[in-house]
Amino acid sequence: MASDKIGAVMVVGGGISGMQSALDLADSGYKVYLVEKQPSIGGTMAQLDKTFPTNDCAMCIMAPKLVATGRHHNIDLITNAEVAIVDGQAGNFSVTVKQKAFRVDPTKCTGCGSCAQKCPIETTNEYDENTKVRKAIYVRYPQAVPLVYSIDPDRCIGCGICSEECKAKAVDYDQKEKVLEIKVGSIIVSPGFDEFNARLKTEYGYGVYKNVVTSIEFERILSATGPYMGTVLRPSDGDIPEKVAFIQCVGSRDEHCGNEYCSSVCCMYSTKEAIIAKEHGGNIKPSIFYMDMRAFGKEFDEYYNRAQNEYGIRYVRSRVAAVSEDPRTNNLKIRFVENGEPKEEEFNMVVLAVGLRPPADNENLSRIMKFKLNEDGFAQTGVFTPVETSRPGVFVSGAFSAPKDIPMTVAEASGAAAKAGTEVATARNTLVTKKEYPKETNVEGQEPRIGVFVCHCGINIGGVVNVPEVMEYAKSLPNVVVSEQNLYTCSQDTQEKIKEKIKEHKLNRVVVASCTPRTHEPLFQNTIREAGLNAYLFEMANIRDQCSWIHMHEPKAATKKAKDLVRMAVAKSRLLEPLESLTLNVNQSALVVGGGVSGMTAALELAKQGFKVHLVEREKQLGGNALKLHFLPSGDDPVAFVKQLDKQVTSNPNITVYMNAKIKNIDGYVGNFKTTLESGEQMEHGAVILAIGGEEYKPVGEYLYGKNKNVMTLLEFKDKLSKGEAKGNEYVFIQCVGSREDKHPNCSRVCCTGTMSAAKKIKEKDPNAKVWVLYRDIRTYGFREKYYKEASQAGVKFVRFEDKEKPKVEEKAGKLEVSVKDEDTGKNIEMKPDYLVLAAGTRPQEDAGKLAPMCKVPQTKEGFFLEAHMKLRPVDFATEGIYLAGLAHGPKFLDESIAQALAASARAVTVLSKKTLEAEGIVASIDETLCDGCGMCVPVCEYKALEVVADKKDPKKKIVEVNVGLCKGCGACVGTCPAGALTQKGYKDTQIYAMIDAALEGDKPKQEVKE
Amino acid sequence: MNSEAVHAGSHGGDGGSEHFEPKILVFCCNWCSYAGADLAGVSRLQMPPYFRTIRVMCSARVDPEFVIRAFEKGADGVLVAGCHPADCHYIGGNYRTRRRMALMKMLIQQFGFDPDRLRLEWVSAGEGEKFQKTIIEFTNTVKEMGPTPYKGGV
Repeated sequence: MASDKIGAVMVVGGGISGMQSALDLADSGYKVYLVEKQPSIGGTMAQLDKTFPTNDCAMCIMAPKLVATGRHHNIDLITNAEVAIVDGQAGNFSVTVKQKAFRVDPTKCTGCGSCAQKCPIETTNEYDENTKVRKAIYVRYPQAVPLVYSIDPDRCIGCGICSEECKAKAVDYDQKEKVLEIKVGSIIVSPGFDEFNARLKTEYGYGVYKNVVTSIEFERILSATGPYMGTVLRPSDGDIPEKVAFIQCVGSRDEHCGNEYCSSVCCMYSTKEAIIAKEHGGNIKPSIFYMDMRAFGKEFDEYYNRAQNEYGIRYVRSRVAAVSEDPRTNNLKIRFVENGEPKEEEFNMVVLAVGLRPPADNENLSRIMKFKLNEDGFAQTGVFTPVETSRPGVFVSGAFSAPKDIPMTVAEASGAAAKAGTEVATARNTLVTKKEYPKETNVEGQEPRIGVFVCHCGINIGGVVNVPEVMEYAKSLPNVVVSEQNLYTCSQDTQEKIKEKIKEHKLNRVVVASCTPRTHEPLFQNTIREAGLNAYLFEMANIRDQCSWIHMHEPKAATKKAKDLVRMAVAKSRLLEPLESLTLNVNQSALVVGGGVSGMTAALELAKQGFKVHLVEREKQLGGNALKLHFLPSGDDPVAFVKQLDKQVTSNPNITVYMNAKIKNIDGYVGNFKTTLESGEQMEHGAVILAIGGEEYKPVGEYLYGKNKNVMTLLEFKDKLSKGEAKGNEYVFIQCVGSREDKHPNCSRVCCTGTMSAAKKIKEKDPNAKVWVLYRDIRTYGFREKYYKEASQAGVKFVRFEDKEKPKVEEKAGKLEVSVKDEDTGKNIEMKPDYLVLAAGTRPQEDAGKLAPMCKVPQTKEGFFLEAHMKLRPVDFATEGIYLAGLAHGPKFLDESIAQALAASARAVTVLSKKTLEAEGIVASIDETLCDGCGMCVPVCEYKALEVVADKKDPKKKIVEVNVGLCKGCGACVGTCPAGALTQKGYKDTQIYAMIDAALEGDKPKQEVKE
Repeated sequence: MNSEAVHAGSHGGDGGSEHFEPKILVFCCNWCSYAGADLAGVSRLQMPPYFRTIRVMCSARVDPEFVIRAFEKGADGVLVAGCHPADCHYIGGNYRTRRRMALMKMLIQQFGFDPDRLRLEWVSAGEGEKFQKTIIEFTNTVKEMGPTPYKGGV
């Protein structure tokens, strides 16, 4: 398509946010340049040990994304680089990028690490927050992408040992800085954040007392790859600490250090670190000193409750005044005030929960890219434009626009990808490349002819394992027609050699004995495809990572093991079959369920990218809950925004709106859904976005709600207030009504800020009005802290109560009377309000329970939709092609809903932008002659890919059908089948038996290969 | 911590024919345990060389029959390693593995095997150390038990 726009996007910052944006865009037909300051991508998340609230290992869940980003043929990684100049305008930018010298040739470096082992220079390791050492030639962390070593010019003494050691001749001392000119249509900025410099809070003694560490240092201490290999030890003497204190809000909510905002994540990460520390060592007793516990996210309160009840973590509500050290023991004395009394307590170790700051180069970035920063130095965004900077065509995501957690960062990253994609949608598919392969050779019925390639990996394998012996041994195995050895099997020239050997010897199976298939299998599969072999006719023997490297001092045993591993791989390869990646057609239109702000935003973004959208709304007007908000604390007008959005949606020719419409049925799988409305109307589409919203809880029977007309919910009150109908002298707000209770244990996230907004409004109209807020914790996270402060300054009175002692409400002679015990003073307070406002929680929309089984998607205990992964897939479902956004996912603010809706649209575009999809080759398949339709396998499948259906040949008989569009190829079902009818392609029973037998039976005489 | 010391002395090293060299088969899931085993390699963590690994996509692919086959072919020990509970790449595959392996332990006991010859362990992609520790411990356990009681034939 002709366009003056450039179908490429630059993403600046390669943390979890930048990677997500890059992957979404590259999967949607755009070329991506990912620019990262560090020599490798991964950002802060790569440093984390575990993540809340699931305690997932950070590296485990992130590594697949790292590898996918590094390997994507439409993502160019430009690491060790910074943006210098941005010229042009939205749709057509010209960017100058300066890339520092690695002093190692990335095309030659195999990442084997021999250089670093021999490098004589040790220096502190930034990745481990200086708790460990690294060499002058180094990678940031073992799983780094790209896996290219670089020389630290400030540390290198130029001794030349690394250069001698490098068998690949990759070290290049004279490499110069590169200046790159890159043309892109839009830019996403995601440079992340810096930690608050704890030295500025001198009263806590960081940098003076050895046993005072920051939370990110503690994260490394907890990590199995950290300084103490996962054992919690204190730095001064390596002792296991017993009492560990966590001090919250270090550099947050603190006007003395200039950061008045809340950093949003520290309450949760400290809770997590305390839990993990406790798990690591039974005697560790963590205490967390906090002001308000801000566990506002999805299922965060349950995590907080578990921390207290199951792990016995002690929470002390107090701001710590000072820390001092006992010089004899290096223990630390903490001074604080609890229940009005000054106290002092001794701890073995102190962890400072440091807040999030804008990155150090924020002003530089803002100047080069010409966008505005807010008063705190973060990128300025708007409530209705959460991923847009002030410069058109430049978008932002992650912690650079406000402190936030990983799920919200990932959602914004996809949301920014949607916006960046829309900007250049007319140039989609103009700059991306599609790999073409020769026609596949038919190997059916052929006797296996196996080629084995054994790798020296420089000296990594060859230094321990006798590679020539293994190569010779392979020749003796049945069906092996050629066996070779290579210095580096992964190098480009070896790929050519493998292709030649395939042709020369008519090979129909290839085995490579080298490193791990997790990183290198795709490379070799690609090579054999280029030689006309099906990718699945390949097998790997891992004789480096899982042999030479772990048996370094036992060369004979390692060589024996390498032979065994090759024999096992050859045994399996003999039985390998070509697998077809099934091609599924994609209907390039979408269904969006729900016409609130989320649904409308998602629909509009898809329509702008050129896709047809069916938008189904059950009410008679679009707008949903946003219409009930009336006003926002920022001063923005949500009703005007909804009206304008409504107009854009209804006037867009790509969107068909169905009003008063309800879904009767949704059938099908990714690319091919079919939906029927209750009216009987039908539509076909390739993706589904569930944005059905939520609703405010109606607390009937609580606090006289429903009995006294002046007791109302927050939204009901805001309606009255905005109409000027709520007039009185005294107002009481009660927080957490229907939230953080037994049946609804989680926080509803928005009520505290909503209350600030209403309280401020009352005070603006009548400064003499008495306003009380009865609360448990004030959770005005991020920049919303400002509204809390403004309300306080306007004279709103805050009274804290405990869950066990809820406020009492009575009606006496038609007048409301409220009494509550103030937990901070212990005194009872009596109030006689004209209005009692209940900050009622958010509940899932009633249709959620009907849609979930139709779409085969799960729900949380509370009935919200449950995403594929709480951390890294916040808007996806495990079922491909179905996405979610907004309140349907859980309580959240308007800007967060918009970001999620944009994200859902970006995720949907990764499907809709393609005419066909390739389904996994490794899937389950069923032998219909053996299956008796018992259905035992059906509940085992987590992806609902199995179904009992009537046999087409014999309708009286039942059989199980595998939906390959849904199957993810885990193989869990295979083991349950009592009839042996299920198999997993690529991991068939016979193939695994062959490996087991080969592993245990030892050598077998060679069979002759039939020509 | 150098692991050399941990297992030095507990095996015969090269050429020690008088020592029992157990045959141990390890099943690793692709996403966590195999990655953890790779990390052990990247970190150069040393461990006894008597185990052979078979990679499967999910630990739930480990059919109870694979375990039986391994013992039938003379394995002295079988280790199944998967993602930690709640970490499974395939949502809940490891819960099925847990149930199946609990049953398998009971089953092999019926056949006269010490149930400790079969072990289930959770190893995450970040736990190279745990993989090493597991291999060292399991190798020692199997060595103490001696060669498999199975002598062939059904």
